[in-house]
Amino acid sequence: MKVLVVDDEKDMQTLFEQRFRKEIQKHEMDFVFAFSGEEALKYLKEHVHEAVLILSDINMPGMSGLELLRHIKHEFVPPPPVVMMITAYGDDENYQQCMQGGADDFLTKPLDFNLLKQKLKTIM
Amino acid sequence: MVLEILLSILLLFRLRKTLRTFHPDKEWNRILNYALIGVAVLAVLENVLNIEYITKWMWHILLLGIVFIALKKEAFATDRTIIYAVLPLILLSLVGDLLKATTIPFFETLSHYMDYAYPVAITWMIALLVRSKKQQKLLLEERRKREEEIKEYQMMMERKAELERVVMERTAELVSQKEELEHAINDLRATQAQLVQREKMASLGELTAGIAHEIQNPLNFVNNFSEVSVELSDELQQEVTKLSIAEPEKNNLFHVIKDIRSNQEKINFHGKRADSIVKGMLLHSRKSSGQKELTDINMLADEYMQLSYHGLRAKDKSFNATLDKHYDETLGKINVVPQDIGRVFLNLFTNSFYAVTEKKQKKEEAGQPYEPVVSIVTKKLGGQAEIRIRDNGLGMNRDILDKIFQPFFTTKPTGQGTGLGLSISYDIITKIHGGQMNVNTKEGEFAEFILLLPA
Repeated sequence: MKVLVVDDEKDMQTLFEQRFRKEIQKHEMDFVFAFSGEEALKYLKEHVHEAVLILSDINMPGMSGLELLRHIKHEFVPPPPVVMMITAYGDDENYQQCMQGGADDFLTKPLDFNLLKQKLKTIM
Repeated sequence: MVLEILLSILLLFRLRKTLRTFHPDKEWNRILNYALIGVAVLAVLENVLNIEYITKWMWHILLLGIVFIALKKEAFATDRTIIYAVLPLILLSLVGDLLKATTIPFFETLSHYMDYAYPVAITWMIALLVRSKKQQKLLLEERRKREEEIKEYQMMMERKAELERVVMERTAELVSQKEELEHAINDLRATQAQLVQREKMASLGELTAGIAHEIQNPLNFVNNFSEVSVELSDELQQEVTKLSIAEPEKNNLFHVIKDIRSNQEKINFHGKRADSIVKGMLLHSRKSSGQKELTDINMLADEYMQLSYHGLRAKDKSFNATLDKHYDETLGKINVVPQDIGRVFLNLFTNSFYAVTEKKQKKEEAGQPYEPVVSIVTKKLGGQAEIRIRDNGLGMNRDILDKIFQPFFTTKPTGQGTGLGLSISYDIITKIHGGQMNVNTKEGEFAEFILLLPA
């Protein structure tokens, strides 16, 4: 399964690679990283239907996670990929916006990787 | 003797008229009336009994008497002209009678000449009477004018009094309006101050929320990297176990790995602690929706009691107080605005802790023992929830008690209190929730705030 992680913080890549090192070694999961909404969109256009899951941060400079979500859910040929939103702003307002935008799930920072792994397993 | 009778009656009437018009005097009026009756009786007697030879002298005395009184008494001053007018006639008549009574021949001849004197006396009388009439008229005119002036003056006085009354009324009206306006302005000022304070609190809350959220981003890395490092340490240990190196060196490596692992655990533990603090902050600074919702009052009170106690402890490590809690579990949930009621609790608890701190300081200086206690008691009272927040601090005297709900009133040193806490709390309880807020206190002993909220 190919997972696209979108976050403006570069450390996110290191963290994911370490957290999922076993899955990556076993080739159960494949991670691609984008550091902005624009970058993520570009990747998705070039690799249609490649990424099954997208994990996106909401607060990013330039295109926000919410905008990216709207692009993914409206512009791509169905079936659109599963999108999980990750944010430090876990308030009600943000949650509602994500759900209205068509997000499949909503996770808050600090990210609970055990919970994330469980969710990924159910999707797989 | 017709002349004397006529003159007497004329003069008496005249005098009586003068008296009535200018100098009302009962006593003299009576005398003049009797005199008139006397004249009438005397005239009748004279004609019936034919005693003219006696009465003519009485007439003369009477006339002379009238003349004397008229000239003597000040009240009859206006009639003097008339007296002077008739005086020659009276004297002529008297002299004539006296001459007739004598038998001296010279006087007899003289009495014949007297007849010539009468026309002169009558002419004199008429001339003077005409003058007197004119004078009388002038006098009356003068009098009428005087009376009119007096009337006018009285009317003016009445109008003046009326005007003064109107002015007084208007003044009273204006004063009451001014007081009303002042009251309204004071209310407005207080409201404005409260709004500013609330706005400050609100923006502070938003700021806090923003910061709290942002802190979660770095915390994400701290917690996750440390956790993953623990796992990596375990893996490293397994790898080292497989190595074929000398035992002491292996043990050394194990020791270092163990330390790294435990350090990572510590970082993770404290990161999680920071996370829970931030989550707590977010809980308190969540945006005030201003909406009433079913809220567990016991939990809310407890949360804010802890918050203000720990807030104070953070500033003063030596501070300690017994927190006495008696929650009525049957209270259930009440429809309130939790942020607002929370602020009331925070204000009341902060005040309580301040009061016991101050008292503790005083007692310590005096070398007396003191055990600070802040207590909360909730109770279900029919359709109401009663919340009592009590401290055994300094209490309040009457003067302070009268002012505590006024905006800007504070007993704290400058810069330490806005003086708005209790006034905002009072508004929240009474205006927003339709409840009551009462105080019980004894100076130097205790202070107790009693909140009643409709359940």
